[in-house]
Amino acid sequence: MIKVEGLTKRYARKVAVDNISFEVEKGQIVGFLGPNGAGKTTTMRVLTCFLPPTSGTASVAGFDVQDHPMEVKKRIGYLPETPPVYPEMEVHEYLEFVGRLKGVPSNDLTRRVNEVAEKCAVADVRKTLIGKLSKGYKQRVGLAQAIIHNPDVLILDEPTAGLDPHQIIETRDLIKGLAGEHTIILSTHILPEVEQTCERVIIIAKGRLVAMDTVANLTSRLRGAETVAVEVLASDEAAVQRGLEQVAGVSRVIPKEHREGKFNFIVESLEGRHIRPGLAKAVIDAGWQLNELHAVGLSLEEIFLQLTATPEEHKEAAPAEPVAAGEAQ
Amino acid sequence: MNTWTIAKKELNSYFRSPIAYGVMAFFALIAGYFFYVSVAYFVRQGIMSSMQGQSFPMDVNEFVVRPVFSNISVIGLFLIPMITMRLFAEEKRTGTIELLLTSPISDLSIIMGKWLGGMMLYGAMLLLSVFSMALLFAYGQPDWHPIAIGYLGLLLQGGAILALGTFISNCTKNQIVAGVAGFAVALLLWVVDWASSFETSLGARVLSYLSILQHFDSFGKGVLDTKDIVYYLSVIFVGLFLTARSMESLRWRA
Repeated sequence: MIKVEGLTKRYARKVAVDNISFEVEKGQIVGFLGPNGAGKTTTMRVLTCFLPPTSGTASVAGFDVQDHPMEVKKRIGYLPETPPVYPEMEVHEYLEFVGRLKGVPSNDLTRRVNEVAEKCAVADVRKTLIGKLSKGYKQRVGLAQAIIHNPDVLILDEPTAGLDPHQIIETRDLIKGLAGEHTIILSTHILPEVEQTCERVIIIAKGRLVAMDTVANLTSRLRGAETVAVEVLASDEAAVQRGLEQVAGVSRVIPKEHREGKFNFIVESLEGRHIRPGLAKAVIDAGWQLNELHAVGLSLEEIFLQLTATPEEHKEAAPAEPVAAGEAQ
Repeated sequence: MNTWTIAKKELNSYFRSPIAYGVMAFFALIAGYFFYVSVAYFVRQGIMSSMQGQSFPMDVNEFVVRPVFSNISVIGLFLIPMITMRLFAEEKRTGTIELLLTSPISDLSIIMGKWLGGMMLYGAMLLLSVFSMALLFAYGQPDWHPIAIGYLGLLLQGGAILALGTFISNCTKNQIVAGVAGFAVALLLWVVDWASSFETSLGARVLSYLSILQHFDSFGKGVLDTKDIVYYLSVIFVGLFLTARSMESLRWRA
């Protein structure tokens, strides 16, 4: 459905996207993961024909973004980082306006507007000025706008940025509900978001593709070793530390802050070992009180450190030798 | 079709913001005042000439319509930048330009739509002055041909400044900058021929040709001059053409 080959986008002073290649199958949800400034938005803007690539090609449904931009634009629904809404318009007016722009036939327009308003849960504010809506509603109006012409491909740039937790969950469910009918690319810098919504992940950093895999593969690969946070109520910190170190599978125990007899530790396991049951048992058996025990997820930062530290493992995803096209121009 | 969709949206936005009302109210006030002054002057002259026993008929078109038109054309210089300043600057600031540029419509229909939207507000503004003209018909017998030609001239001149303003608005994210720059350009195109009032060199004649108000003279008199029509149409073309180029460069720089 989407095919990107050797895509490079260079601005006057910096290279925003450097020789990225990937493919997305029809009906998939793909997460585009990377820190701010990694080149996510730039890649999306190339796919939506907003920016021309410096070199390389990108195509949507078989149409090249540079040769047939009109065909590509007809097949793409795009939600930029800030929803492109006009505050002085009412919701239904706005959706009708976008529908017309996207070429929805006028006899079908009212039906489509009602349908997407229903789907994105903005039907109750149809007659409200967009400027008076909350951020969450604006975001949903932005989503409704993106699917009004029933596009094959949906491109969502940080669809949950700046929403409160409740709204984030709603938006994620909405996006999941849209999968299947549409091929979706969504960008984010939040790892759990990808885990919850996407089937595949593309990780980019500093304009380069660092990894491309299914979520399950990626997380298991990166979480070979377990990290656990423990809080124990006891009298002697050193004794607790010794006790934890003796649990089978533990590689390291790092004492953290303590107050009023509560001691916090970070415990790291050996590769592929589950240490949480053992830890709990050790604490209880020793007669201490176990206040807290939970697995610490790898933060995105750590994943990046891991991924960028061992580039030879990901040769299949990111060619180590950049192809000449990107450099020669 | 898409042009019309965008033009309608622009007109709608104008009337949902204070801009349309501010511009129209200001225009009604100033144009009404000029009309009043011209009519009052005309009536005084009429009384004086009849007291002196002169019997040649006073010409309404010459004494009222022409000065009113020429004043309206000057007001346009001040008001049109206020109409055009938000056209693109606003969309660039809020990011809605991404919606337009990723929709399956051509740059040309976006630009034409924006310009047409501005034209419609300008036309609505000019309609306010039709009321004054109607009063002339109620109490006198002015010739309607020069009036029609005058309005045509106002539309052409307005269209030309609107096209330049559209271009300027496309060059910046800041409405105020777009407004001030638009006003500066309009002012420059007005005063550029003042040099020719005391000089007749080639350069002065070129400057005089460039002056935007100078070309309105013939329309104000009720004369259709191809040279002036061509001038305004070329300025409209140049303005919209520059806008199109600036849109393209926007994609490359972004």
